[in-house]
Amino acid sequence: MWNQVMEFWSFNDLNVRYVTLGVCLIGISTAIVGCFTFLKKKALVGDAIAHAALPGVCLGFMLFDSKNPIVLLGGAFVTGWISLLAIDLITAKTKIKSDTSIGLVLSIFFGIGILLLTAIQRSGNAAQSGLDKFLFGKAASILPEDVYILGSVGLVLICTILLFFKPLSMVAFDPGYAKSIGIPVGLLELILSTLTVLAVATGIQAVGVVLMAALLITPAIAARYWTDRLWLMVLLAALFGGFSGTMGAMVSYLAPAMPTGPWIVVVISIIAFLSILFAPRKGFVARRLKLVRHRNKVLHENILKAFYHLAEEDASFYQARTAQEIYNRRPMPQKMLAKGLQSLKRKDLLKNESGDYWRLTKQGKEIGQRIVRIHRLWELYLQRFLKMAPDHVHPDADAMEHIISPELEALLVDELGNPQRDPHDREIPYNN
Amino acid sequence: MSAFWIILTGSLVAASCGLLGCFLILRRMAMIGDAISHAVLPGIVIAYIFTHSLDSLPMILGATSVGLLATFLIELVHQKGKVQADAAIGLIFTFLFSCGVILISSWTKHIDLDADCVLHGEIAMVPFELWITESGLNLGPIAVWKLSILFLIVVGLIYVGYRPLRLTTFDPQYAAAIGVSTGFWHYLLMGAVSMTTVLSFESVGAILVVAFLVAPPAIAYLLTERLDHMLLISLLAGLISAVGGYALAAALEGAIAGAMTAVLGIEFIFAYCYYVYLRK
Repeated sequence: MWNQVMEFWSFNDLNVRYVTLGVCLIGISTAIVGCFTFLKKKALVGDAIAHAALPGVCLGFMLFDSKNPIVLLGGAFVTGWISLLAIDLITAKTKIKSDTSIGLVLSIFFGIGILLLTAIQRSGNAAQSGLDKFLFGKAASILPEDVYILGSVGLVLICTILLFFKPLSMVAFDPGYAKSIGIPVGLLELILSTLTVLAVATGIQAVGVVLMAALLITPAIAARYWTDRLWLMVLLAALFGGFSGTMGAMVSYLAPAMPTGPWIVVVISIIAFLSILFAPRKGFVARRLKLVRHRNKVLHENILKAFYHLAEEDASFYQARTAQEIYNRRPMPQKMLAKGLQSLKRKDLLKNESGDYWRLTKQGKEIGQRIVRIHRLWELYLQRFLKMAPDHVHPDADAMEHIISPELEALLVDELGNPQRDPHDREIPYNN
Repeated sequence: MSAFWIILTGSLVAASCGLLGCFLILRRMAMIGDAISHAVLPGIVIAYIFTHSLDSLPMILGATSVGLLATFLIELVHQKGKVQADAAIGLIFTFLFSCGVILISSWTKHIDLDADCVLHGEIAMVPFELWITESGLNLGPIAVWKLSILFLIVVGLIYVGYRPLRLTTFDPQYAAAIGVSTGFWHYLLMGAVSMTTVLSFESVGAILVVAFLVAPPAIAYLLTERLDHMLLISLLAGLISAVGGYALAAALEGAIAGAMTAVLGIEFIFAYCYYVYLRK
């Protein structure tokens, strides 16, 4: 097994070299185009184009009686384009919604493709064998001449995208704005559609019509989780696409019975799942952690604030309090309170001497004081600048007190002119 | 006689799919239907691996639940993973479908299931798999029996649930306000779609089911504004496609399911022309 893996990566086998290069090129170029398809929220249109390529492949074969890749590619390109037009026409002229028209065009074109394919197969034309490979891809039998065609189409795709990168990204993100500054949006969308159809028509060679949508959009989905920059996203998608193509080629080299296309899709899907789960910042886990962290911060600050409020009442800041006293001051679920007290102790913001007696440490007091200060500053700000009634300012301040940064706090103090009393005539505590 | 059985089978598939499809397209879930029909493949393959048939009830239910799982996964990736809705559909169904194809490839020695069967089924084989009782009585093709039961279930579901299904389709807020559970009817509908896909698999394959789910309702949608008429017209459209498809396939010597789809396409072109040019 290991030897075979090494054998694959040495690329000594000429066939392996062509197959891997071909699949890798397809993966890269479709992923790049797919980024824009994905951003324009046309993910499933790609699926429809792919299915619609099947009758084109069959018609190309029937008309020219040849399996020349250019003929088949041309056929796929033509019917792919027709399907795109049909979807737009049906959505524009009738009350049928876009998802239904996509599903309709996709399945009917595909059905016609199946009809033609089976008719060709049963016609007894010996040359047809291998035509059905377009259904699930024929990556394992890529020939040198295929690689030249795939390579040139891929190059055309990549160059066109690079050439129109700036206007295309504007069209993808904000067509309205792009139009207003004089970018020919219609023309660019036409170019993008053409590129998509072209990418699909070449991609079906690797994964087949049924799974083509994955090659187009899944790398883009995965890449979107790692960055907000378009050029980086395109680069990452290309990397993911190329990598999964190579992996697919390797699997079918190690186990020749295995279909390459589905393996490419499985690899790229796993990359996407991992990205959705674990990507920094945007991934599910990262977002969940951030949420938990923020919740804990709010909990801690609320507890310290309650301590500070109690201290204000009897003017002794380092008095020991029980959990019950805190609860009476600020009701919250008992379990949360207990958890919060424990973790505040671990952070040295509270001390716990005996049993259920808690007292503030110096840092704890400062944080509690700061929260109370921001709360009252914000209340004052709302009253003075936004003309809100004093009895309406509290809930908003309760949310803002956890968010306002030290810089913003300094600005507030400045703007309000070092105020001493809040709208409820309570002292604004400063740290001195 | 075999022509009769084939047309009957095709009609039953088209009828069950068409009825459910009406609700799918009105709920803007046509592509979810597409996704389910692809995604049941691994469920079907696993069922084949274990039982060498799809006839046992537990296996039908098992494969059906994979379809439900797919809708659940799409929701999960969309809601929790923040992937935009259309991309979530594309991601999940291609993944599950690939798993299905890989499973087929790795178990080819154990199952007589091939790629063709996945794509367009073998409706022409239906008349040869007969249900013959122990006393030798010929009760006709098994598939016809299965699909008849399916059709009765679908009709029953729509008859019993007509009001809540209509309410949750057109006005989910109002439905929720008067205490109709939108989630329950959603998953019931998805379950019915999955089961229909699984049972139609042998006759029309996993992919062409989409055509029967989407095309007849889309045709009917263009011709009427009433839900009850829409259901009837899509039944009729399905019936025509079964008869016409058989004739077309015979003429071209092609796959019957593909020909039925092509006929649906022609029907749609007529409906489109009516809607755009003739409607008052």
